[in-house]
Amino acid sequence: MRNWIVFIVTMLMSVVAQAGLPIQHWQLANGARVYFIESHDLPMLDVSVDFAAGSAYDSADKSGLASLTHRMLDQGAGNLTDNQIASNLADVGAQLSGSLDADRAGVTLRTLSSREERVAALAMLTQVLNAPTFAANVIAREKARVIAGLQATEADPASLAARAFAQAVFANHPYSYRDTGEIATVSKLTAADLRQFYQTHYNANHAVIALIGDISRAEANAIAQQLTMSLPANNLAANTSIATVTPLATAVARTIPYPAQQSQILLGQPGVARGDPDYFALYVGNYILGGGGFDSRLMAEVRQKRGLAYSVYSYFMPMKQAGAFQVGLQTKADQTDQALAVVRDTLANFIRDGVTDDELTQAKNNIIGGFPLRIDSNKELLAYLAMIGFYQQPLTYLDDFPKRVAEVTSAQIKSAFARHIYADKLVSVVVGNVVVK
Amino acid sequence: MKSWLIASLLCMSLPATAAVQQFTLDNGLQVIVQEDHRAPIVVSQLWYRAGSMDEFNGTTGIAHMLEHMMFKGTKEVPEGQFSKLIAAAGGRENAFTNTDNTVYFEQLQKDKLALALRLEADRMHNLLLDDDSFAKENKVVMEERRLRTDDQPQALVYENMMAVAFQASTYRRPVIGWMNDIENLTANDARAWYQRWYAPNNATLVIVGDVTLDAVKALATQYFGTIPSKPLPIRKPQAEPAQVGIKRVNVQAPAKLPYLLMAYHVPVLRDADKDVEPFALEVLAGILDGNEAARLGRVLVREQRVATQAGASYDLVARGPGLFMLDGTPAQGKTAVDLEAALRVQVAAIIQTGVSTDELKRVKAQVIANNVYQRDSTFYQAMQLGEYVSAGLPVTAVADHVAKIQAVTAAQVQAVARKYLVDSGLTVATLDPQPINKTTPRAPVAGMRHVN
Repeated sequence: MRNWIVFIVTMLMSVVAQAGLPIQHWQLANGARVYFIESHDLPMLDVSVDFAAGSAYDSADKSGLASLTHRMLDQGAGNLTDNQIASNLADVGAQLSGSLDADRAGVTLRTLSSREERVAALAMLTQVLNAPTFAANVIAREKARVIAGLQATEADPASLAARAFAQAVFANHPYSYRDTGEIATVSKLTAADLRQFYQTHYNANHAVIALIGDISRAEANAIAQQLTMSLPANNLAANTSIATVTPLATAVARTIPYPAQQSQILLGQPGVARGDPDYFALYVGNYILGGGGFDSRLMAEVRQKRGLAYSVYSYFMPMKQAGAFQVGLQTKADQTDQALAVVRDTLANFIRDGVTDDELTQAKNNIIGGFPLRIDSNKELLAYLAMIGFYQQPLTYLDDFPKRVAEVTSAQIKSAFARHIYADKLVSVVVGNVVVK
Repeated sequence: MKSWLIASLLCMSLPATAAVQQFTLDNGLQVIVQEDHRAPIVVSQLWYRAGSMDEFNGTTGIAHMLEHMMFKGTKEVPEGQFSKLIAAAGGRENAFTNTDNTVYFEQLQKDKLALALRLEADRMHNLLLDDDSFAKENKVVMEERRLRTDDQPQALVYENMMAVAFQASTYRRPVIGWMNDIENLTANDARAWYQRWYAPNNATLVIVGDVTLDAVKALATQYFGTIPSKPLPIRKPQAEPAQVGIKRVNVQAPAKLPYLLMAYHVPVLRDADKDVEPFALEVLAGILDGNEAARLGRVLVREQRVATQAGASYDLVARGPGLFMLDGTPAQGKTAVDLEAALRVQVAAIIQTGVSTDELKRVKAQVIANNVYQRDSTFYQAMQLGEYVSAGLPVTAVADHVAKIQAVTAAQVQAVARKYLVDSGLTVATLDPQPINKTTPRAPVAGMRHVN
């Protein structure tokens, strides 16, 4: 593939809309918020349940706790063993999956909507959410698997770079933690830790349930109630708060020697929180800087003009608090300094001079014209429903998005970048076969 | 890319309800249309039946290199404009090369299909292939090889396994090419490749989305209809001789954990009506690793804890020969030898005692459900159609897949295991992790050409 990393990042970053999406929203008596799109095109149902239970709720000495708790949900629940849960889901062709980031822990179920299959699959999801067992023996096994994964990252330059980057950008903030934790911290986690974390963070009043598929609203409501019926007691809002991120005081440069053909290079800073008034200007501006694939300046300067890298990108990751602004690329070790200089220049010029009218028009044409593509499947719509619910965005978020993009001016882009990105206070991380300076 | 092990598990099928339509232009361009009116979008994929398996020694990687050059301009659409025009229309475009094909795709709002077809038709016969542009892109491709293979220990294991498992078949060569070959590719190599394979009679256009057959017919005829067909070179079969004993290869690379990859020679689907074994092999892969309750995860990872991950994969659709693969990462304190032994016990258990009715039912339930789930993705539907057609199979074979899987019996699964999962057809590749010496940089690879 000509450019797979940008392709993936674009999909991750897609934040989009279509006029008049029929989102139904209501709240259950237990506080859970429900977001539903009724769609009978395919005989299937997608459901996700999200909690404020991501790795930002870990502590430094128990880094990895949120992730291990989340991982253990389907490894034994109620009277069922891990193998029984897996078999019962497989018997009806259902797919259970999980996702976890710094803010959120989520579980997603895809099932046929025919009654027998649906009921069986939802019964498993209900058990997994409401009655995880956290058996010590199984925890030991899963800890060993997590630790093996962490060991593997020590021989993965990209992982080493990502970890050093997060630590430098977020310093002592919990966004600096790896989701999976560290070998030393995961080794010490106990069943009691997991139970405590579950009790504190898996509560109905902070649950967000998203559903799309071949069911009625009444059925959606019944499913939402069933899925949250015996979650741990209602919880304090304080347990869902995350400290604000402190801007960097100075530039930070990290070099980690590693015997690889290529250097992994990451640059960045804390970016913005979801809902930041500058977000749309930054989003559109970033398309021009490094988010728009072959439309972007970074791709033009680094790859098209100089052949220095296969992939180069930039993105803003809006989170509950300010998530990262990141630029990334990989280049042959002896080109590291040259590539780094090109990226720094491109970014500095962008911040100083802003964007041209042609670039802005091209960016808007792509983002607005591409909206229908980003919501052309139930899977994608489900993710938007969950995001809107979790971050309490307006129900018209998707409908508004093209308008907000269309309104962005080049002056807004320039001032937004000037407010948020400081070329003289960048974190830069290089992992590779290079001399430590 | 075919070289990703996980991707090959996904060879499932389209709904029987939606009729696939097809026609062929006078110049030989085959067009497949799957109407899907759920969203106002369209996917266009142009499949050229020219992949790394069609390359020659010394110019491996040229199929992929040409894929990159296809974005570098024609007289009508100068360098950079292809991507610009698609992006300005709100579209996405990209391409990929694998062993069997080179594929170019666009995803757009439904009323923009004409743009995609106009641009694809133009670069099917008007590519410029400029020398300077080639030299720059050649460096990008070297970076791509470093990124995907040279710095990825498991990818190196896969590359080495393929090179050993096959000795006559061109599947033995990596899709991206050997580094030294990439370094020595020239614009003339790309021109020769383009002349040889880029023609309407060596391509299949697959369109899935909110379109009608008539509209696609009109557009395809308008844009592709005037491109002349070419005589295509005769493809030699280069059939792989029967393997006559176990083969082993060890890969040493900086890493923390060992890794094991085992591959058995097996057949693929050639006669979509009569063949049974490929479907039985797919069910076998499902029983080993097709769902969370499947044997490898349950026994090796959760019960015996000999592996932190273990998998099985088989792709029944391919132009070339087939492989049935098992892979895994040994758990702490276990070695690749331990894991190989444990995997062999699982293989032996199926050969000796077969599979249970419950397991068989469970695998079939996955296939039936996946058949519905896949309809959520227009891109995936197009991928499936392209793969089948490119492998010389009728498009109806896609829709027939569910019924074929449902007809597989436990005895057939046991029979294919017994017949094919044998040592004489086995290649075992292992990753032997080397210490990561952080203070002494490794010397540059011998023979590396430094381009400035």
